[in-house]
Amino acid sequence: MNVDKELDARGLNCPLPILKTKKSLADMTAGQVLKVVSTDPGSVKDMQAFANQTGNALVSSTVEKGEYVFLMQKK
Amino acid sequence: MKKMAIIATKGTLDMAYPPFILASTAAALGYEVQVFFTFYGLQLLRKDLSDVKISPLANPAMPMPVPMPVLVQVLPGMETMATMMMKDKLKKKGVASLEELRAVCQEADVKFIACQMTVDLFDFDKSEFIDGIEYGGAAMFMEFAGETDICLFV
Repeated sequence: MNVDKELDARGLNCPLPILKTKKSLADMTAGQVLKVVSTDPGSVKDMQAFANQTGNALVSSTVEKGEYVFLMQKK
Repeated sequence: MKKMAIIATKGTLDMAYPPFILASTAAALGYEVQVFFTFYGLQLLRKDLSDVKISPLANPAMPMPVPMPVLVQVLPGMETMATMMMKDKLKKKGVASLEELRAVCQEADVKFIACQMTVDLFDFDKSEFIDGIEYGGAAMFMEFAGETDICLFV
């Protein structure tokens, strides 16, 4: 999948990964994909909840080398 | 649009986090948010938040690196030391500062309301508070709180 923008949320704790995801999505256009990399285990459920409540699509949520990688498609 | 109201009544470092974390997150999720700051909570609206501290005294649940008897906790400087250690820990663990979370709230149009009665009660100088806040009373808050999906007292 084509990634339009990347957000490095490594080392950040709740609620910063969500707040920064929201901010990153703000200046993107509908359909574009944001990649977020986080080290906060809590962000796995938080990103899903963020997607459920905002209507942005969580295309994938994976673990790569101990880091959490999310692909979020803007609504 | 969903709405959330929070009443923030505490002015210590530990109790300052929940209102700002929940308000900023709710705003990011598309909620309209108002936070009503009353009594000691009003300290959280001051421009300078360096007086917002944590005390190990009468706080037996606070994790300490070494066990500390209550009689030691009352010594001068213990509060400052505990606050320094807590802020250091927050930073190391990637937790946002209060200033950062508060700024995110304001950017996201979270409405901060300072309790006018408390301002009068403690003779607060309004120039000590951040810009962009409103002053009001219980009835003003109820008008919004009565329409909310989530209403919390912290």
